[in-house]
Amino acid sequence: MDAVSDLLIAPFQYGFMVRALIVSLLVGIMCPMLGAYVVTKGLGFMGDALSHAVLPGMVAAFLVGANPFLGAIPMGIAVALLSGYLIKRAGVTADTSVGILFAGLFALGVVMLSFTRGLRVSLEDILLGQVLGVTTRDVVVTAAIAGAVLAVLFLLHKEFVFASFDPAGAAVIGLPTQALDYLLLALLAVVIVLAIQAVGIVLVLAMLITPAATSFLLVRNFPKAMFTGALLGSISAVAGLYLSFHYNLPSGPSMALIATVIFALVVAVKKAR
Amino acid sequence: MTSANGETDGAEPALVVEDLVVERGEIQVLNGVSFSAKSGHIMGVIGPNGAGKSTLFNTLTGLIPAREGRVLINGKSIADSRGSVAFVPQRQNINWDLPMTVWDMVMLGRTRRIGWFRRPGRADKQAVEDALNQVWMWDKRSTLISELSGGQQQRIFIARALAQGVDVLILDEAFRGVDFTSQEVMTLVLQEMRDAGKTILLASHNINYIRRLSDECLCLNRSVVACGPTSEVLVPNIMEELYRSVDIYRAYESEQN
Repeated sequence: MDAVSDLLIAPFQYGFMVRALIVSLLVGIMCPMLGAYVVTKGLGFMGDALSHAVLPGMVAAFLVGANPFLGAIPMGIAVALLSGYLIKRAGVTADTSVGILFAGLFALGVVMLSFTRGLRVSLEDILLGQVLGVTTRDVVVTAAIAGAVLAVLFLLHKEFVFASFDPAGAAVIGLPTQALDYLLLALLAVVIVLAIQAVGIVLVLAMLITPAATSFLLVRNFPKAMFTGALLGSISAVAGLYLSFHYNLPSGPSMALIATVIFALVVAVKKAR
Repeated sequence: MTSANGETDGAEPALVVEDLVVERGEIQVLNGVSFSAKSGHIMGVIGPNGAGKSTLFNTLTGLIPAREGRVLINGKSIADSRGSVAFVPQRQNINWDLPMTVWDMVMLGRTRRIGWFRRPGRADKQAVEDALNQVWMWDKRSTLISELSGGQQQRIFIARALAQGVDVLILDEAFRGVDFTSQEVMTLVLQEMRDAGKTILLASHNINYIRRLSDECLCLNRSVVACGPTSEVLVPNIMEELYRSVDIYRAYESEQN
């Protein structure tokens, strides 16, 4: 029993581990919920790009001493809407214009970061996540935002699904498909900002698409895939956190790695059958 | 409005199109199209490739705006008659990567009636069940729609329109590549819908379907070449004008025989 409690319970005698657990769980649940849309709508590149593009917003918040959420979330939403516009604009290759925009914004963020000398901000934490450093306020903000995003996903589920599956059919019955698309991108931006705390800018994609993609291999029903993805995402997040605690590994990459291993296992088992 | 009542004469124009001009980019695709379709009628829409059939349908369903002219559906504008029109599109416009069961797909037709933020009620479930029975697909309700044959998929799209309770149903090449059973079921369902007072617009390259199914026929080539009872319109001199050459029309016919 002692071994088990050392393994599973002991980490949580530290306040920072409890806070990290809550944030990781929320990220593990929220990312695959939106990830289900990201995977089926082919928005993977968009998700990766969005996570890089919020950097200037985060750094700006650091520079004025504000909570990074206050910079990153408006920035994420603004960039999501702008890229939604770029994608819809005819004559411009979506990949190219979105790529140029996001690489440029990321570069801007890194340059801005060099003005933060004297502040305790590490590029590595931003890129790879540092969930062990979250404050109580971060936990509260993350929980509140995750709750709000979940509520929107739940309340507009049938509309989002209709507009994603059959955009023309949805428009014919009068659903505001463009507004729904933009709203989904805005929710995506918000969830990405939450996830950056846990896994960092570079690895957001691992939480966003890997558990969701795994869930589509296991269940072939969209709502069930959302929940299965959330389950797999939270397992990855918590297991990654344990791994990081016991073996002194970076937490974000540990979570991303577990999610990837689960995906590989599911693929292998499916192939073996 | 008489069209809501199946016992009326069925001759009310449910769909009125006046002087419709539609552009796509620089090209004027429809040049002053006018016609009307009655409730309780099936109207075939034929014309050569690039005649503007899909553009017409996209305009009637409000997907693309008209530059000039107007469309009235039961006396109301397109914007005011959302929900009373359904569109069975060509299949490439669907995101097949999103796993969707037959049941969920037909339930999408209830979206507007269920309303924002709400979940399906008993009446919605009943409507879905009835619609699936009508297209003979109740047994497949738990199947993924991506796993059905093309014809079965079309039947599900029609079931969605049935569940939606539309006044006007628009089908674009719905019979293309469809297995025999599905053809028969679709024909039967469309006839049932017509008898229930619905207006059906059906574009097809297959003149034989049009001849067999439709009460009226619209011959379209950027503008209206002819519009009237099928037997009066599907005649060689009109077909020659429509297809520019009677040979092409004969080729179309022989292709189907």
